[in-house]
Amino acid sequence: MYPNPRVADFVTGNFVPVKIHVKEQPAAFKRFGAQWTPTLMVLDPEGKEQYRFEGYLPPEDFLAQLELGLAKSAFAHEEFAQAERRYREIVRKYPTLEAAPEAVYWAGVAKYKATGDAAALRDTAREMSQRYPASSWAKKASVWGG
Amino acid sequence: MRLRSTMAIQWTKDVDAALAQARTKNQALLLDFNAAPM
Repeated sequence: MYPNPRVADFVTGNFVPVKIHVKEQPAAFKRFGAQWTPTLMVLDPEGKEQYRFEGYLPPEDFLAQLELGLAKSAFAHEEFAQAERRYREIVRKYPTLEAAPEAVYWAGVAKYKATGDAAALRDTAREMSQRYPASSWAKKASVWGG
Repeated sequence: MRLRSTMAIQWTKDVDAALAQARTKNQALLLDFNAAPM
């Protein structure tokens, strides 16, 4: 997927990129607990892992996963407004991909965390049931009503 | 349609140098653990 210009530009613009080959750096696999290839990890600037995914993905899905990683990193740092923006952007850009319902879910959680307003969760449950009713994330959000 | 990226990815293999660079630049890291033919 790296020859894809959108992937290359996104990686270059958002990450310090590191390639670790299983035969060249087996110790790094152990260090980070990578057990399969490809494994992609998003670490925050302090070096703490925030997200990982395994297996090949087509470019659009790959980009969506990288953006999920950045959103999760913002969330983990309690930058909830930024996290919500990132999650909403994933939904806007990749509405039909697997990342979208997860992003809807976490956008709602981020909004709730930022505002303390439980309506954010109810709205999320409603949006999930309307847009992604078959998603496991819709099941998870169903407890919030809506 | 563009055939090539405007920016080729400048990969490093040095994890610790990348960690230091990420801290300095306040930027996330992407680690790609792979077994691609060398």
